[in-house]
Amino acid sequence: MNKLLLAAVLALFWGQCYALSDEEKGLQIMQEVDRRDTGFGDSSADVQMILRNRHGDESVRRLRMKTLEVIGDGDKTLSIFSSPRDVKGTAFLSFTHALEPDEQWLYLPALKRVKRISSSNKSGPFLGSEYAFEDLTSFEVPKYKYKYLRDEVFDGIDCHVIELYPQYEHSGYTREVVWVDKERYIVLKVDYYDRKDSLLKTQLFRNYQQYLGQYWRAGEMLMSNHQNGKSTLLISENYKFRNGFTDRDFDRNTLKRAR
Amino acid sequence: MISGWLGLFFGCRGTRPGMSVSGLSLTMLLLFLSGPVAAWEFSGKIGVEDLGFFHAPLDPRQHSNYVSGVVETELYHEWDEGTQSFAFVPFFRYSQHDDRRTHFDIRELTWMKVARYWELRVGFRKVFWGVTEGLHLVDIINQTDLVENNDTEEKLGQPMINLALIHDWGTLDLFLLTGFRERTFPGVEGRLRTIPEIDQDSARFEKQGVQRHLNYAIRWSHAIGDWDLGFSHFYGTGRTPSIVPEFDENGVLRLIPYYPQINQTGLDVQMTKGSWLWKLEAILRSGQGPTFAAATGGFEYTLFDLFETGLDLGFVVEYMYSGASQVNLPTIFQDDFLTALRFGFNDVQSTEILAGVIFDRTSNARFYNIEASRRLGDSFTVDLEVRLFTGAPKSDPAYFFRQEDHVRAQLNYHF
Repeated sequence: MNKLLLAAVLALFWGQCYALSDEEKGLQIMQEVDRRDTGFGDSSADVQMILRNRHGDESVRRLRMKTLEVIGDGDKTLSIFSSPRDVKGTAFLSFTHALEPDEQWLYLPALKRVKRISSSNKSGPFLGSEYAFEDLTSFEVPKYKYKYLRDEVFDGIDCHVIELYPQYEHSGYTREVVWVDKERYIVLKVDYYDRKDSLLKTQLFRNYQQYLGQYWRAGEMLMSNHQNGKSTLLISENYKFRNGFTDRDFDRNTLKRAR
Repeated sequence: MISGWLGLFFGCRGTRPGMSVSGLSLTMLLLFLSGPVAAWEFSGKIGVEDLGFFHAPLDPRQHSNYVSGVVETELYHEWDEGTQSFAFVPFFRYSQHDDRRTHFDIRELTWMKVARYWELRVGFRKVFWGVTEGLHLVDIINQTDLVENNDTEEKLGQPMINLALIHDWGTLDLFLLTGFRERTFPGVEGRLRTIPEIDQDSARFEKQGVQRHLNYAIRWSHAIGDWDLGFSHFYGTGRTPSIVPEFDENGVLRLIPYYPQINQTGLDVQMTKGSWLWKLEAILRSGQGPTFAAATGGFEYTLFDLFETGLDLGFVVEYMYSGASQVNLPTIFQDDFLTALRFGFNDVQSTEILAGVIFDRTSNARFYNIEASRRLGDSFTVDLEVRLFTGAPKSDPAYFFRQEDHVRAQLNYHF
C-alpha cells in the first residue's frame, strides 16, 4: 500500500517536472534553499552593524545573536546589544512564525522592564539602520509566493533568479527579486521593491562560509538604500553551531539576564 | 545565611552616604576580586543635570535652579558558563542646595545562579512588575527614590533573596525581602515638595524590628499566546507611606510619614493584538486605612513606519482609579485620564518624544509631561523633561505643585 502511494507521488512529481510553471519552479527552488538549511539546531554569532549615511559618516552597533531552530515553525531569536553604550544590556526576544504574527519582547535594563511589543512593525527600520524588521526574521517558505524569472550569472556564479511576493501583513515590499546560487542553494543578492514598486534597496551576501559541512552563513551582508543613499553593513563573526540551546535559553527569564 | 544578611541589612535606612551596607559591599567586592580577574566588565554613566523652575517657590528657602551630577557604574562578572554571575551597581548623585537629593545608593549588588528549572538571586536588586505607562500600581518590591525624580520611576536597591521556579505553567517568583527602605523626600531647600517638607527623620512604622524589615512577596507570571499575565501578592511594610499631619509643641505643622503593614494583591495583564496593546493593572490593598481597590488600564496603539518615513506614532490612553481614602493615602490619580503621543523616530540617534497630559475627571487639574531623548555621537545622550501643573483645587494633593512647573535637562556620558 505504502509503496503504491510512493509510486503515485513520484509519478505526480515527475509529471510536474516536465510541465513546471514558473510559480512551481520558483517555489521548488526556495523549498530546496530551506531544506538545505534545515537541521542546524541552534547558532550564535557576534554581529557588528555599521550604519553609513550619504556623506560617509559611520556609526556602529554591536550585538550578539542567538538562534534556536524550530522545525515546522519560525525560529526563536535572542539579540543582545552591547553598543552604543547607552543601550548596553537591551535585549530583544522574538518567536517568529510563518504567517501568524511573531511574538516579541523587549528588555529595557534601566527600568528592569520586560515589555511585550507589537510585531506589526515589519517595514520600519531596525535601530536606525537600512534593515527593516522583516529583513531580519527567519526565512520560512509560506511567507511568500514565488515566481521563477530566469537564469543569470551573478558575480561569476550561475544563479536562479526568483521573484518573491510577501504574503504576511504590513510588508513594505511589493516584491523581492532573489539571486540563488544554483550549486549551493544560497542567496547572493536581493532587490527590494517598495509599495510603489520602485527599487528601494539591494542586499548583497558576501564571504560565505560553510559550517558543520552543510550550513552556509554570510560573513558580510550589505544593505544599500537607492532612494536615500544610506547603507548598512552587517559583519557576523564567531559563528557557533549546536550550542545545546533549549527553549529555556529563549524565555522571558533569560531575556532579563542575557549578556 | 539569612540571619547574616538580616543583621547587615537592618538599620540601613535612608540613603545618606556612610550607610552601613557600604561596608558589606566592600567586603563582597574584595571577596570577588580576589578570584581570577577574568572577564570583568566595567561600564556606567556620568551625567550633569539642570533642574529649573519657571515660578517663584512657595517656600523662600527653596531655589529656582538646581545643578547636579550623577555617576552610576556597573561591575559585572559571570562564570560557570554563564550560570553564575555577580553585579555591583553603586549610584551617587550630588545636588546643589538640596542635601537630601545628594544621595548614595547601592542599586545592585547581586549574586545569581541559574539552573534549568530555577534561578536564585541574592542581594540588592531592582524588580519591576507591570504593564501600564501612566501609573505603576502593581510594582511594589522596590522603594521609590523620589528625590531622584518625582515621576516615581527611580527606585532604591532592595535587599532580597529571590527564587524563581520556571516551568511550563509559568514562572513562580518567591521573594524574601530582607530590609525595609524608607522613601526619600526632598529636603527643606529642595523642590518638588509639600509645604512644609516631609519630616523624613520622624518616620513611624506600624511594626518594628524583624516585622518591619522582613517582607514577603510571590508572583506568578506567564505568556499564553497574545496574553502576558502576572498575579502577585505582597505582605509587609508598605512602600508608600501615609502622611500624618501633626502640630509640635511650638504649634508648627509637621508632616510625618507613616508606614503601615499591608497586604496587597495585584494583577497585571497585557493583550497584544496587531498594533494594539491592551493593558490592565489592578490592586487590592488592606492595612492602610479601609481596604481599597485601585486600577489603571487602557491601550497603546501604534502607527508603525508612518508614511514610510520610519516614524512610529503611538497613542496612549489610560484611565486611573483609586478607592483609597484621601486621609490615609493622599492620591493625585483618583479618577484621571492619561492621553499621550509617543514619537519614535527610529533614526541613528534613537530620538524619542513622549508628550502627554493627565487630567482629573472631576476637578480641572491637569498635569502636562513632555519627555524627549536622543543620542549625541556614540557615547553621549541628552534627556529633556518638561512638567507643568495647572488647575488643581485646594482639595487635590496636586495643589502643592501649583508653582512647580519645571524643566529638567540631563547630559550623560556612557562608558
